[in-house]
Amino acid sequence: MKRELNIVVNGESYNFFIEPKTLLVQVLREMLGLRGTHQACDSSSCAACTVIVDGKAVKSCSILALQVNGKQVTTIEGLADGTNLHPIQQAFIDNWAFQCGFCTSGQIMGAKAFLDENPNPTREEIQAAMDGHLCRCTGYNMINEAIRDAAKRLQALEAAKKVPAQRAPQVQKWMQTAKSGKGAA
Amino acid sequence: MKEYSIIGKPTPNVDGPAKVTGEAAYSIDITLPNMLYGKLLRSPYPHAKILSIDTSKAEELPGVKCVITGKDTPGGKWGLWRRFRELADQQALATDKVRFIGDPVAAVAASTEEIAEKALDLIEVEYEPLPAVYDPIEAIKDDAPMVHDDFPSNINATRHIEWGDVDKGFAEADYVREDRYVIEAAHPCAMEVHNSVASYDKGTGRLTVWTSTGSPYFVQQNIAEALKLREGDVRVIKPHVGGHYGGKNSTMPDAVNAAILSMKTGKPVKIVFNRDEEFTTTEHRTAQHMALKIGLKKDGTIVAFEAKAITNGGAFTGLGATTLFLTGTFITMPYRIPNYRYDGVRAYTNIVWGTSIRGFGAVPSKYCAETQLDRAAKDLGIDPLEIRRKNAVAPGYEAPGQYKFESCGIQACIEKMAVRVKEKWPNVEKDEGIGYCGFAYMSGGIFNWIDTPYAYSSAHVKVNWDGTVDLYSQAADVGQGHNTVAAMICAEELGIGIEDIRLHMGDTAHAYTDLGAWGSRETLMNGNAIKDAAGQIKQKLIDLARLKLGENIAYDLVARNKRIYLELRPERGLSYYDLVKDAIRANDGVPLTGTGHYTPHNKGMISPAYGMGIMAIKAKVDRETGHVTAQDVLVVHDSGQIINPLGARGQVEGSIHMGLGYGLCEEMPMDQGMLLNPEFVDYKILRTRDMPEIEILDVPTYEPNGPFGAKEAAEATIAPAAPALANAVYQACGAEFFSNVLKPEKVLKAIREKEKKDKESAKSKAPSKAKGK
Repeated sequence: MKRELNIVVNGESYNFFIEPKTLLVQVLREMLGLRGTHQACDSSSCAACTVIVDGKAVKSCSILALQVNGKQVTTIEGLADGTNLHPIQQAFIDNWAFQCGFCTSGQIMGAKAFLDENPNPTREEIQAAMDGHLCRCTGYNMINEAIRDAAKRLQALEAAKKVPAQRAPQVQKWMQTAKSGKGAA
Repeated sequence: MKEYSIIGKPTPNVDGPAKVTGEAAYSIDITLPNMLYGKLLRSPYPHAKILSIDTSKAEELPGVKCVITGKDTPGGKWGLWRRFRELADQQALATDKVRFIGDPVAAVAASTEEIAEKALDLIEVEYEPLPAVYDPIEAIKDDAPMVHDDFPSNINATRHIEWGDVDKGFAEADYVREDRYVIEAAHPCAMEVHNSVASYDKGTGRLTVWTSTGSPYFVQQNIAEALKLREGDVRVIKPHVGGHYGGKNSTMPDAVNAAILSMKTGKPVKIVFNRDEEFTTTEHRTAQHMALKIGLKKDGTIVAFEAKAITNGGAFTGLGATTLFLTGTFITMPYRIPNYRYDGVRAYTNIVWGTSIRGFGAVPSKYCAETQLDRAAKDLGIDPLEIRRKNAVAPGYEAPGQYKFESCGIQACIEKMAVRVKEKWPNVEKDEGIGYCGFAYMSGGIFNWIDTPYAYSSAHVKVNWDGTVDLYSQAADVGQGHNTVAAMICAEELGIGIEDIRLHMGDTAHAYTDLGAWGSRETLMNGNAIKDAAGQIKQKLIDLARLKLGENIAYDLVARNKRIYLELRPERGLSYYDLVKDAIRANDGVPLTGTGHYTPHNKGMISPAYGMGIMAIKAKVDRETGHVTAQDVLVVHDSGQIINPLGARGQVEGSIHMGLGYGLCEEMPMDQGMLLNPEFVDYKILRTRDMPEIEILDVPTYEPNGPFGAKEAAEATIAPAAPALANAVYQACGAEFFSNVLKPEKVLKAIREKEKKDKESAKSKAPSKAKGK
């Protein structure tokens, strides 16, 4: 018997009647057409399908859609601010942190949830946090560097927020740089 | 080195914005109106006669639109070795018998994937199991079960390579040793599984296929053969590809059966493998047995080398016969071997077939040769880096009748390595060791098995009145970054910016042929074709500029920074944009076009150019647990003129990741043809915590056969990782390995054997002789 699902995905509210066995990844990909979330295994072991549910990184292939009833879901499609890429996305581009790109959405969403908790991580802390994310292309080091780079950009943005604009033109300039993603590293 | 405006500058991926926002569409993301979902029923037996198939119950299931078996297919056989018809041995669905666990016997199209799966359970197949053979040595014995009954034996391919006088060479050697190896299979493990969407237009009789492939052209050819269509009636589109690594060269049953089901139903059909199918039924790196014999002078000079390989081919040919060929070639590189002999046999067996996985030919063979070389060096009392330096080839080296190195930085790489190793790792602690491995790999293959009447690579460039450029090619970006390289080469040649280039890649209907992304061929081969095409337009613009400027014809004009100007007097020039407008006006309003191509002529049997270098790995062994840690990697690499340093680094880092996995944990254990680890839970690939930091030093050379002097960067560095690691363990504790996966139990066993040997030799107190077996 179908059950009702109310979720907010990337800021939009949705209401569906679904089979209880429906996975979150199926709702995202098949019902909402959000194909940026990829599934690369059938055993909950690659994390390519990672999305953020109420601030936590979640493998969307390993959770029933009904388990996220009433919750906020962010997918890769919801990360950028309009046409402005999120600093993590820009850092991934600038550091060549993807090749085929198939696991990238999951890597970026995993990194987003992690950096929200640990805004200034070391290489080892990133390795520990991101260890569940499989990537067959990059060898991971360039992803690790991108996440450290993104952390710096995000910190620069945070710092800029705390300083009144008229008193700190230099910080404003950094903020612009960080937003545009050019040269912040 | 020449300075360029774009070439050699770190350039972000042109597909970056699409790939970081989730907008990049892979074939797995494609949904068409009225699309059906296909599934394949696969054999549970490694070898069995098909007695009967009853599909009636499946056909009655609501939602099922079509069920096919072998007799419903057009019956065309296909393969990449199609110049040799008997080696075109793949088919859409098994007809008479199944040859491996997972061989497809029936296909279903239904309105949902779930219904298609249910329908598979309703198909009744009666099999008569046959005796099966899994080991290639068993397979080539006279009484072995035959995998292909129409073949004279299970010998799928053989290869003999010889130069010099090997027997004389061994007779002159001061030291001779022989070693035998058993090398494991490994899976490419692309994150995107094989999948295809096929759409047949009944009105025109034409077929369009979107598929996750490394070569749209191969798929076009193979589907045409399988379905007995004209090549021109099959259009193949390669969207973004979620990983290739050599596992997506062959056309697989997903594409062909989706096409057949679409032709039968008149609706688009999508077939997506699940991860289990991906592991058990798609191509892997071939397992093989190798026997090596090396002869050296006391000073470490190699005088003779003999290699024998028997590869576990599996049920079909794929590119496995090429792997057999290249095994005998790459095992010799980058060393000067005056007398050499190779004999390789590829055997058909009842397992899924092995093929051309990243670094094919080099990965297993270099493991064997370079670990043997370290043992020889130790016996002769020569430093392992010194023995490699002593035998490394020089520019212009030619292996008679086989290959020639034009650009060749290996000597400089080894010298740089020697200096850097001392700085980087001045102290090596107990149970730590530094292992080395030299390497070289092709920049695109020159093979005659692919029966194409077309150029190896082509590109078409069109310049519009506003200066934007449309670049059309079938060349495949499979993640390696070729789209970026293609745009860079086009922009550099025309003297404009990357932002001026629009790419139209990987579609057989939009561009002339390129053979695809395998054997590290796109940068050199497609790069040359693009440079040729863009160069033709550049020449037109230069001619017009010369006319308009009216300068002395002795001056050379260059296209750079969106201007065409006198090289010696840069202030005299014209805007690219203005020239384009005028040139099109003068061309009766027709946009400027150039069609370029590249085919290597008279460049040996293998490749026009070779990337090469040397790798060092520092590793630590835990003598109690047998656990090996790759602590640090240093690689010195000659990739010619690097086009995009960001992409090149990505290729090297990724290769090392895959190569270390091959040396530490990746294996495909089988029991009677059944793969025992068909999920990422059990098939271990290295994770981020397993990866050491990698330092890459470049030794740039200028490759005369490459665009702007470029050559490969994508595959050379996969082969050296596992042998350098095994050599590091050998240096650390003396443990010797004759197989590639250094699992703790194997390391412990090797350490115990070494300790036993040491005790025995201490007891006998006999001085160990330099002269080996």
